[in-house]
Order: sequence, then C-alpha cells, then structure tokens
Amino acid sequence: MATNTAVGKPSLLKLWPWVVIPIVAIILPHIFDSGHDINLMSHMSIAIIFALSYNMLLGNTGLLSFGHAVYFGLGAYVAMHVLRMVNEAGGEGLPLELIPLVGALAGMGFGIIFGAVSVRRAGVVFAMITLGVGALVHSSSLMFTDFFGGEAGLFGDRTYAPSMFGIDYGSSVSTYYLIVAWTLVAAILIYLLKKTPLGWMANAVRDNPERAQFVGYDPTFVRFFQFVLSALFAGLAGGLHVLSDEIVNDEVVGQIQSGAVLLGTYIGGIGYFVGPIVGASIVTILESSLSTYTDAWVLYFGLLFIGIVMFAPMGIVGVIHLQYLSWKAGGWKGNTGIRLYLLLAGLVGIFGLVCVIELSYHYFRSWDPSAPFGLMGFTVDATGAMPWLVSFAIAIAGFGAMLLHAKPMLARRTGAKTEGGKA
Amino acid sequence: MLETIAYSILNGVLYGTLLFMMSSGLTLIFGMMGVLNFAHASFYMLGAYFAYTLGQATGFWVALFIAPILVGSVGAIVERYGLRRVHQFGHVPELLFTFGLAYVIEELVALFWGTVPVPYKMPDALNFTAFNLFGLDYSMFKVFILLVAVAMFVGLWVLLKKTRAGLVIQGSLSRPDMVGALGHNVPRVFMLVFAFGCALAGLGGVVGGIQFVTDPGMAFMMGPIVFVVVVLGGLGSVPGALVASLIIGILQTFFLSVNFSLAETIGTLGIEDSGFFGVLWHMEATRIAPVLPFLLLVLTLIFRPRGLFGKREA
Repeated sequence: MATNTAVGKPSLLKLWPWVVIPIVAIILPHIFDSGHDINLMSHMSIAIIFALSYNMLLGNTGLLSFGHAVYFGLGAYVAMHVLRMVNEAGGEGLPLELIPLVGALAGMGFGIIFGAVSVRRAGVVFAMITLGVGALVHSSSLMFTDFFGGEAGLFGDRTYAPSMFGIDYGSSVSTYYLIVAWTLVAAILIYLLKKTPLGWMANAVRDNPERAQFVGYDPTFVRFFQFVLSALFAGLAGGLHVLSDEIVNDEVVGQIQSGAVLLGTYIGGIGYFVGPIVGASIVTILESSLSTYTDAWVLYFGLLFIGIVMFAPMGIVGVIHLQYLSWKAGGWKGNTGIRLYLLLAGLVGIFGLVCVIELSYHYFRSWDPSAPFGLMGFTVDATGAMPWLVSFAIAIAGFGAMLLHAKPMLARRTGAKTEGGKA
Repeated sequence: MLETIAYSILNGVLYGTLLFMMSSGLTLIFGMMGVLNFAHASFYMLGAYFAYTLGQATGFWVALFIAPILVGSVGAIVERYGLRRVHQFGHVPELLFTFGLAYVIEELVALFWGTVPVPYKMPDALNFTAFNLFGLDYSMFKVFILLVAVAMFVGLWVLLKKTRAGLVIQGSLSRPDMVGALGHNVPRVFMLVFAFGCALAGLGGVVGGIQFVTDPGMAFMMGPIVFVVVVLGGLGSVPGALVASLIIGILQTFFLSVNFSLAETIGTLGIEDSGFFGVLWHMEATRIAPVLPFLLLVLTLIFRPRGLFGKREA
C-alpha cells in the first residue's frame, strides 16, 4: 500500500512543501480572520498531528486501531490538570508553551501501559484490543469523576498561565500560531522517524512480520515502539486541544473521536506522508462547515468513506499521485478529453445524488415537507414530483455516462495504445 | 438476595439470548470469511425498524418472518456489491467498509424513521403475565423471546451438523479453497452465509426492538457488546457464542441489579473515597456494569485469544 518507501536521493528541491506549508499556515489567519475561521484552523492543525500519529500505526506499521482517541484524550486530561494547577497557583509554574509536552508525556505513558498488552498480534486481534481499551477508558471516564470531571468536563484558562516569550494568549490568533509551531515540530519529527531504521523496520513488520523476525527484529518490539511513539504524538495533539478549547470532556476519549481520526487518515491516503494531512484537513472542514449547511453531513461523510474504501483504497492523495504519474509518463496523451469527461460525468452524478439526499432530508425530516426550500439555488417543493425526477435524472445520467460510456471509452483508448505499443 | 439472584438470572438469560441471536450470525460470518462485520448490529437495528413498519400493515406475526428475510436480502446485496469488491484489497479494508457502512445505515435509519424512538410495541397476543416469581411479573413476551432463541439455536445446529448445506459451510469455514476445488461456488456460499447471519441479527432486532428501545442509537449500543460475546466465545464457534452470550447477559444484569461495592461488603478498612483505588473500592456495582464487558474483552484477548470454545486464534 505504501508507495513512498523507495529510497530517494535527498534533494533540497524536494523539500519545498516544508517551506510552502508553514508560509501558507502563517498567511492564512490574515485572509480568514474571523474568530470562527481561526478556531477552525487551530482544530485543523490539531487534527493533522493526530492523524499523522495515527498513520504511524495504520500506514507505517499496518496496525488498525479503533481506540486512538484514548491517548489523545488522556493526554488532554493530564494537560488540563496541569493547566488547572498552574491556574490555581496564581498563574505561576509551567509556561503555557510547554503544556502540550505534558500531554505528550501522558500519551506516551498510557501508550506504554496499554501498548504492552496490545501489540503482541497485529490484524484483527489488535483492532479488537484497541476497541476494548477504547470502550474501557471511555466508560471509566464516567466512573472516575475526580479525574475526568464527569459529564461537564474540566475547564482551564490559558491566559492565566505564564508564557516563555511574554506572549499574551488571550487572542485566538496567537494560540493558533503556537499550535502551528507545535504542529510543524511534530510533523518534522514524525517525518524523520519514518526515515530511521525503526521506521523502515515498521514497514517490514507491516508487510511481512515473519521475515522481519527472521532478519533478527522482534515484530512485537517494533510494533510496541511505534505504538508508544504514536501515542506520544496523539497526546501532544490532546495537549494542544486543551490550549485551543480550554475545556475537555469525555468526548475526547470517545469512540467517535477514534472513528473520526481513522476516517480522516484513510480518506486522505495511508500510504503517503501528506495523506493524513489532507484527510484530516478535509474532515475538519467538512465537519465544521458542512454541518452548518446540511443535516446530512454524517451521511455524506460515511458515503465518502465507503466510496474511498471501495474504489480508491489509496486515498485522495493516492488517486492524485497515480494520475500525476500517469500524466508524467504520457498516459494522458490523446485521452485527456476522455479523462475530463469521466471526471465531469462523475461530478454530475454526485451532484444529482446530493440533490436526492437533500430532498430526502427535507421531505422526511422537516416539520412541513411542502414548505419551499432552497436547493442548489432553486426554490423547490419537496412534495412535488418534479424536483425528485430531475434530481434522479441528473444522478442517473451522470453515473450512467461515467460507468457505461466514459469508462469503456477510456479503457478502449488506453487498451488500444498498450497493444499498439506491443506491436 | 435469593430474589435478586433469581431475578438477575431470569433477565440475564433473556438478555443473553438476545445477544446470542446477534452474535451467532457474526461469529459464523467471521469464521467463514474472516470479516469482522462492524455493521452487524446495524442489521439488528434494521430488523427492528423493518418489523415496526411492516407490523403496522401486516401485524407482528407476518413481520416476524418477513423482516428477517428483508434484512437478509440487504445483507446479500451488501456482500455481493460491496464486500466482495473490497475483499481483494485485504482484511483491513473489509473491516473499514463495514465500519463506514454502520455510519451510513445509522444515518439512513435516522433519515427515514427520525432520531427519536419509534413506538414499537409487543403484540397483544403476548402481552400478558406468564408467571410470577417473588412478586415480580414475567411477561409472556419474554418467554416468547426465549422460545425464539431456543428454536434458532436448534435450527442452526441442525443446519450446520445435519444437512448437506451445513457440511459445505463447515468445509468453507476451514478450507475455502478446497471446497471451491470440489466444485462449490464459494463466493456464493459466502454471500448466503453473510445474508443468513444478517437475517439472524434481523430476527434478534424484531424481538429485541420491542424488549429494549427502537431508536437509531440501538446499533451503537449493542455493537461493541456483540463483539465481546463473539471474542469471548471464540471466533467462529456457535456454541461458544451461546455460552458467552449467557455469561455476559447474566453477569451484566447481576451487576446492574445488586447493590454492592467492595467497601460495603468488606468494610471501608479506612480507605478514603478518593484516588484511583479508593474510588474503585467505593464504586457501586451498577456503575461497574457498563465497563465489565470490555474488561472481559481485553482480558480474553490478552490471555486466551481463541476464546472459550474457539479452535484457532483470531
């Protein structure tokens, strides 16, 4: 599944994303300067670290975890307790910039405890243990109210803590920059970890544990180290969550959080370093912006995920990368039009499907289904037949053209060319 | 105390049989295809909703038979056009597919039937007291659930052990390639077993939806516990699923119905109600109950990964 395992020459030119992305991250708050947008970008950064740490397990080591939020959440809780201690000490003690480190250490600590019992086997057993540990910790969060703060959760005040650089973290922009700085540090570390012998052995253990053992590396130990390191970065993300939200409740250790990171990472593409970054960003944006437009966002989310699993298991980044490779190798010559047609037909089909889903939600969910409602710029009546017919027609026409016309055409064209190449 | 024990055993057995209806299908599917179906509890939920809607038109007794068949058909479609496609990518994408499917089914159910519970009630024919124990009524419907579960277990056992189809299924459990080489259409067997397992879960939903509550959250409530049952019983083992269902059912009901904590039973021993162990010492059993299945799951996987009756490790 991983395609970026080939040893490339370390070329400075290849490092351009590491320069471009921070610049973009620094400029963004000047373009989107509303409090909501900055909050969203902070959450995106946190989700990126979390997804990158998750991919250390899923993508690099081949361990499917259903309980990664445990380390995120417990890291967040411990960081929150430290923040509250600083608050109670009258704003004296650990500087705010270092509080995420507390979360990281906590994540690592719990990673050592739970990792020791989880990593003996990969595959389904590992998945089930993580599911069990996740459910265990989430249920316990309502039992041990002293530590977890019960259903209300715990609050802290980031402005009532010392700063190493004398920065006032009252504004969300300065907190955003702090989070971005930590995200960069974490991303660089995770990237470098991939290039260490441990990172390579993790790939070996993922692909063939028996051979890895034969070479002399204990797969259990490799998995354990990856697990602990991954828990460390998840805890760091949890610590940053404390800074951005100033509240933690039992949701941060919950199964929904564990599911979200899995979905985001997989949608982006687990075989690529940037996959989780793209996936986490998309999921965070979808979660916050789509939910204001439509009630159906969870459904779209699920359908997108199923679509990726079924048709593009390499993820969004993987699809783009494959197309890019094909384009570079001249595979698009003479059929660029057909490819665009295929894409367009697919988009039309998705547009029709979205119309159908929106109509259904209005029809079944609203108090008065016959009330006019806005659909894609038109005002329609969901009880009439017309909007349904048109929406279904668009969906069927789009997908039909894609599957029955464009796809065979592309297959014929590319097939003809490879045959011609042989002759 | 005797009352509590009798009461929790009766209700525990009832809960256990419902768990068995779901877990037997799941364990069959896993044993055969290696797919841990995350959406299995969603099929349980579909069973309840289908029976509720059908029941309004046809009455409960027809729905009892039709709803599981409908759920089975949905399962067959999911296997044929979804799982079979994902199968080529390996086990992890299969797991992820069913994981996503659980989200989608929950949303669709919430879309068509709403997010609040639907008034899915027991039929009048079963709505009377069957017997009375220590002043507590035990309704005929609960007896009916037990009967359905017993019938299901016997039927499953006969199907698997005494029929030719069962022979093929058992063969496909351990050596699918060999069964294929003998001329059986193994993908079709897979599809049928998947559909059958989903239909069993649907049947569980038809009765379980009445006993508990029928709302879009019911799949999420039951899903993890069914996993616990399947792992504890041993993946792929139907008798194991039965025993584990009863163990979990009785254990959880018992913890929910007794008023008990270590501090009350043994004495506080001067341990204060603070700190991790102190809180645990004073914790009432009712608050431990939700954690119990998951504790069992983790302990089973660590110490005995093949479960109680499983023949091979997961």
